[in-house]
Amino acid sequence: MSPKGSFPELTSGRRPVGVVSFAQYDNVRREDARNEVEMLLPVVTEVFGNIGITKDDVGFICSGSTDYLIGGPFSFVAALDAVGVWPPRAESHVEMDGAWALYEAWVLLQEGEIDAALVYAFGRSSMGDLSQVLAVQLDPYYLAPLWPDPTALAALQAQAMIDTGGGCGGACAAGARRSRKAALSNPKAQVAYDRSAEALLKEDYAVAPLRRHALPPLTDGCAAVVLAAGDKAYEWCERPAFITGIDHRIETHSVGARDLTVSPSTRVAGEKAGVGAKKVDIAELHAPFAHQELILSAALGLGDGVSLNPSGGALAANPMMSAGLIRIGEAAQRIWSGDADRAVAHATSGPCLQQNLVAVLEGV
Amino acid sequence: MAERCAVIGVGQTVCKSKREDVSIAGLVREAAVMALEDAGLGFGDIDAVVVGKAPDMFEGVMMPELYLAPALGAVGKPMFRVHTAGSVGGSTSLVAAHLVASGVHERVLTVAFEKQSDSDAMWALSVPQPFSAPLLAGAGGYFAPIIRSYMRRSGAPRDIGMMVAVKDRLHALKNPYAHLHLPDISMQMVEESIMLWDPLHYLESCPSSDGAAAMVIGSEKAAGSAQAATGRPPAWIHGMAMRSEPTMFAGRDQVNPRASRDCAADLYKQAGITNPRADFDMAEVYVPFSWYEPMWLESLGFCDEGDGWKLTQSGATSMVENGDIPWNCSGGVLSSNPIGASGMLRFLETALQVRGLAGEHQVDGVRRALGQAYGGGSQFFAMWVVASEKP
Repeated sequence: MSPKGSFPELTSGRRPVGVVSFAQYDNVRREDARNEVEMLLPVVTEVFGNIGITKDDVGFICSGSTDYLIGGPFSFVAALDAVGVWPPRAESHVEMDGAWALYEAWVLLQEGEIDAALVYAFGRSSMGDLSQVLAVQLDPYYLAPLWPDPTALAALQAQAMIDTGGGCGGACAAGARRSRKAALSNPKAQVAYDRSAEALLKEDYAVAPLRRHALPPLTDGCAAVVLAAGDKAYEWCERPAFITGIDHRIETHSVGARDLTVSPSTRVAGEKAGVGAKKVDIAELHAPFAHQELILSAALGLGDGVSLNPSGGALAANPMMSAGLIRIGEAAQRIWSGDADRAVAHATSGPCLQQNLVAVLEGV
Repeated sequence: MAERCAVIGVGQTVCKSKREDVSIAGLVREAAVMALEDAGLGFGDIDAVVVGKAPDMFEGVMMPELYLAPALGAVGKPMFRVHTAGSVGGSTSLVAAHLVASGVHERVLTVAFEKQSDSDAMWALSVPQPFSAPLLAGAGGYFAPIIRSYMRRSGAPRDIGMMVAVKDRLHALKNPYAHLHLPDISMQMVEESIMLWDPLHYLESCPSSDGAAAMVIGSEKAAGSAQAATGRPPAWIHGMAMRSEPTMFAGRDQVNPRASRDCAADLYKQAGITNPRADFDMAEVYVPFSWYEPMWLESLGFCDEGDGWKLTQSGATSMVENGDIPWNCSGGVLSSNPIGASGMLRFLETALQVRGLAGEHQVDGVRRALGQAYGGGSQFFAMWVVASEKP
């Protein structure tokens, strides 16, 4: 174990950047009493308060969200009021999961002009019919007119796994059971229970071959992370979760043009991020559907010794545009506490795991 | 420390009210292929793709980068989608440049677009939100009171806006990619066009365009290779800055936003600019409504506060009148406005100018140029400086 104050070896980039604080909303099915700004304000306050800093201490702010969830342009504009950019700040936004906003901040931190960044993300699935909204995410000429919702597309993927002899039913139920039971220890989880795999396999199909337990919940939520580079990370955090590797890749869009049973973009991103270089203790995988956890852990080469989704993962809470950032935060938390020394965090975007980001976090 | 980076390829489509001849993928590919060819590269040479565009309701496709991945050669690569409202074309360019300046990538393809004829931009901007009183329709409705405030503060004569409207459309006549080609444009024609939001006449407003813009941004090494292969020089990036401020904060100056001034100050410090009017040879600045030219002239330090309208009136910003600091030689946003792309069009036009590749609207001897984009309620700013020499 290296002396405190030292930095781990980097696979990606040239400047050590650590996740030093994390906060998330109490994930709920429907937040009726607060809008995005009112949800983000306590989360941003907490993420700064955890480490005793203010917005004046960060040099860049980046967020992830999508306008379509609220059915209006510029949902991210109002959300910025939760931070209060006065005096004006360097700030940007991606119409993607906050994990990609974190990536953008990580890139900027590599240049050395700034030492810290705030990243946040939010998504309220309750504002519309998420199935319809996500169908509009598809190729507008060939796919969207069929209105395939994400559950139906995921079911195609699960069926492909069954057709090629890959496990699904039993393995998915086991994974879902594990996630939802782990979620009982997660105060932010929305869906948590302790039920046997046999009981889960007796559930009705939602869309065959996916049963209810294999689906993510619909969630309103938001999250925030503070990144700090170099010595600044140790100024604010006893044991920063350093990002030693981070990479993301995208595959082709059409679900008919891909082998849905594997995730080559996750495999490549994992290789570039150096997942396999050392032992992995935990992996927080953004798998909205239970069978996807199997695909992702295979793509990342994670063996039986790795604890998967100790937070309960996206099956416990799935706030749109935030669940990926939350995986990074959850992984970081377990490094701060000493429960893990090395963690993988993953985020996904698009139908059937089209785009994937992998980060490796290490505590010294 | 930041690595040197440069624009090594530029591409853009003709902007039209409706590009009914192409799908969204077809539209962006036009610009992307042109940028790659300009850089002497193929899709296989690109390390990452950064897409930028404005609200997705403008096309009715959520997160279109997912659908566009194969069309932009992004399969197997990192792909990003930036969205910072109207400044997005500019901020997208900066995100792409930072991927190179940070040393993460060597060559990045960046594309910004809007195919807003697929939907209705004015409606998409005006969707009522819960607990918010609908105060306006369309962007011009938001800016008109701010413009009137500028006119009152500065004492500017009422025809200054119309001068900008004429000037930018005259510039556009020399830009084959511009949407509006109005050879008969005149002060009278502008004044006789219908008043939309006082003082903005119809012809003082930007058009609604379909269009795409693209650049290839490369490292110093990539720039050297591109120049050796094509004979075309790079446009070196000397400074990049972004600033945001809140929408409704009571302490804002909406006419001359602090975010604009702070952003420019940061940028000028990076690029060694002390006298913008003298240090720049031209500028491409986001002027979607005529009066924003005098307002940005002041905010960006090209003259003292209150004097922007005098600079416009003197012809200093007109290429046609051989002004010393021509602005928007491409015709600007007033002549083409595919909303998501307009910021990138500003940035790529500055790159064309310092590379000497702007064709008929080239200003002689451009060595250093300013690109600026703004968005939202005059609250998001993205700016850069490019030059013909290495920083």
